[in-house]
Amino acid sequence: MITYLAKRFFEMIPTLFGITLVSFLILQLAPGKPTDVLTEMNPKITPEARERLEKLYGLDKPMMVQYGMWLKRVVKLDFGNSFSTDRRPVLEKIWDTKQALIDRRLFITFFINLLSMILIFIVAIPIGISSATHQHSLFDKITTVFVFIGFAMPTFWFALLLMMLFGIHLDWLPISGFKSMNYESLTLSGQIWDRTRHLILPVFISAFGGLAGVSRYMRGSMLEVIRQDYITTARAKGLSETAVIYKHALRNALLTIITLLGLSVPGLIGGSVIFENIFGIPGMGQLFYMGVMTRDYPLVMGILTIGAMLTLLGNLLADIGYMIADPRIRAK
Amino acid sequence: MKHLHLMLLSLTIALFITSPQPVLSSEISDQPAYGDALITGSIGEPSVLIPMLAGDSASHDVAGLVFNGLVKYDTDLSIIGDLAESWDISQDGLVITFHLRKDVKWTDGVEFTAEDVMFGYKTIINEKTPTPYKEDYLQVKKAEVLDRYTFRVTYEKPFAPALSSWGNLVVLPKHLLEGKDITKSDLVRNPIGMGPYILKKWTSGQDVTLGPNKNYFEGRPYINEYVYKIIPDPATMFLELQAGGIDMMGLTPIQYTKQTNTTFFKENFQKFRYPVFSYTYMGFNLKHPWFKDMRVRQAIAYAIDKDELVDVVLFGLGSPATGPYVPNTWAYNPNVKKYDYDLTRAKQLLKEAGWEDTDGDGWLEKGGKKFEFSVLSNMGNRSREQTATIIQYRLKKIGIKMNIRVLEWSTFINEFIDKRRFETVILGWSIGIDPDQYDIWHSSKTREKEFNFVSFNNKEVDALLETGRRTFDMEKRKKAYYRIQEILADEVPYIFLYVPDATPIVSSRFKGIKPATIGISYNLPKWHVPKNLQKHMMEQ
Repeated sequence: MITYLAKRFFEMIPTLFGITLVSFLILQLAPGKPTDVLTEMNPKITPEARERLEKLYGLDKPMMVQYGMWLKRVVKLDFGNSFSTDRRPVLEKIWDTKQALIDRRLFITFFINLLSMILIFIVAIPIGISSATHQHSLFDKITTVFVFIGFAMPTFWFALLLMMLFGIHLDWLPISGFKSMNYESLTLSGQIWDRTRHLILPVFISAFGGLAGVSRYMRGSMLEVIRQDYITTARAKGLSETAVIYKHALRNALLTIITLLGLSVPGLIGGSVIFENIFGIPGMGQLFYMGVMTRDYPLVMGILTIGAMLTLLGNLLADIGYMIADPRIRAK
Repeated sequence: MKHLHLMLLSLTIALFITSPQPVLSSEISDQPAYGDALITGSIGEPSVLIPMLAGDSASHDVAGLVFNGLVKYDTDLSIIGDLAESWDISQDGLVITFHLRKDVKWTDGVEFTAEDVMFGYKTIINEKTPTPYKEDYLQVKKAEVLDRYTFRVTYEKPFAPALSSWGNLVVLPKHLLEGKDITKSDLVRNPIGMGPYILKKWTSGQDVTLGPNKNYFEGRPYINEYVYKIIPDPATMFLELQAGGIDMMGLTPIQYTKQTNTTFFKENFQKFRYPVFSYTYMGFNLKHPWFKDMRVRQAIAYAIDKDELVDVVLFGLGSPATGPYVPNTWAYNPNVKKYDYDLTRAKQLLKEAGWEDTDGDGWLEKGGKKFEFSVLSNMGNRSREQTATIIQYRLKKIGIKMNIRVLEWSTFINEFIDKRRFETVILGWSIGIDPDQYDIWHSSKTREKEFNFVSFNNKEVDALLETGRRTFDMEKRKKAYYRIQEILADEVPYIFLYVPDATPIVSSRFKGIKPATIGISYNLPKWHVPKNLQKHMMEQ
């Protein structure tokens, strides 16, 4: 089992390498340069001044040389300095050790995604099970419609509707941001409550779209499992329906969900870009968006690399989860 | 150009509006009181707070409240002293001597002297300083510190825009930065200035909070806290405004004309409107055989209804443009040839130029070729796309077929503008407050990446542009720019379409706002909230 895990772990390295190479090339192929913000259509910039700036950023070198330079720094875990005018280290932007943990961008994104993932599982798994055990019932039909509405609804639009309802008409929740103006003057419990209020809408929004996938997969795999012979056997033994479903069937049905868990990481990071911009939440997704807009290569590459690492880590965790849940894999 | 356009604009304005104007006697009834906070919404986050390193409008907005310049623009756009009490310009216009104020201290208590200006100047011309604003300072032949409070610059040739360049870009605290790499300095994110506000707190991605400079040389600002809140999504920002989360933002035309026309907004907010320093135009490739003919260009100008563009595209929030200057500024010439919508005149001019519908298919022909061309514009700018569509409809009426091509910005600039592969374009320029437009109209500025990409070539305009930038005599300059506008109006290298308005909204509890040509935020330190209306209470 240890060798299996070690093998999986070392397989990740070339994958990561490949991901960074492809990301780097695509980024360079996108039209525009980091210096455009300062130079395009600015009558005060002479062609010579433009060249000077490009040289300063190392953009005059061939693409592969630039990638090589980037890679050399990254193996030492140095993502370089951002190309934006502040020239701060990329790592400091993503994980600013001068800030409280809760205000570090990577932590914010990770935390919100974790909460929304927990919410998705808490809601979607019971929905999936009930839909399967009461297949074609009214409940099954209603939840199907409900989760698909959530799946189909554009996030940004739904978010605005909720902001109008809870932020303006009812005035229950803040509209945007991650803390209130008077946050510093609050007591600890007040601060926790303040953060919670700011988190309710973003977490709900990011979870809402994910309900459909997980609940449908759960329903599907549950339906498959309860038709198996061993379930009939369990019932024949005279076990209660609860024990049959939640003890014997659920364990096997969950295998699909574990796979889903590992695969959902990139989607969650992508989703963060959207809801962090709408809600003005200072996470990694918002930083990524700003980086792409200004062609801040080191920043975008840094975030893509971290995203790739998290994805691969998610896959590894899914594998481990699989081993725990499925003795057949453990035996191999 | 969408971003850039706005960016350069607020940049040019931000550069010089850093300090307050004296309060007029009529305003005293408002009873200024200290206290309260002004929260303004911004889509972008500042990145550096040292003006010469900043390229985006958010950075300049905030840095402009922390740093002052030697000179600044007055409400009517004339240049007045800021850190410089006065200045002398030599007879030949080559030497400018600034006499600095003697009562100014950096917020860390060190006195501000001419050495700080010298240091700023040396830094900006330094090869290693990544700044887009070098050019104006490379014109300086010699800079000297005559004494603690006197700074002198000598130019190779007289250069009229020189005076205005001594704004807040070149004033840096020498005692904190000498011998250090400016881009790696702490001051980038934690600046020490001498302006009306001091940086208090900056939470990345959330907000930048400024507190008052109690020793500000023009008097402590009334509003105790200025918060620059970052909200990347414009729709969210508008909801925050309604919920009271922010006090000030720029409105879109539809928000200004429709969504804020409710009792709620009328009772709680004040709206402002003034022309932005920019214009949108349709430019011709003057090397193209069809558009070489001035009559064709004039005909197209007659066929476009500018009032219709303003009404439809800008919801009426703007004015038709007649030249490359903003109406009501000193360089603007109101008496140039105007092309009012006139189809008969347009058709007649085209006929003179040899364009006629000979085969009766509704389109004009000349030498067997149908009059069909394309107009290029950049993606993501809806008002330009709408403008193009309306012009397309109007040109069809005189038998010209115009196709619209909308391109991604970088592709548009690199592949089409720079390589001159276009027939016509719809674009915009943001214009500096100084009327010098040498780079856009001079016939020498037609190389790749330069800005006279329509290849306009007129000897008289070349000479006038030289005159305009080589004299400090306002009357002479005015005469030169008036004449340039006449020629541009006659020859139509561009059809000047419209000048949009800026439409900010501010909570009505803020008093002392006096809209002027330059905008509203120039006297921010003098805005105030009467005691009984103050919303955010805090220690003084």
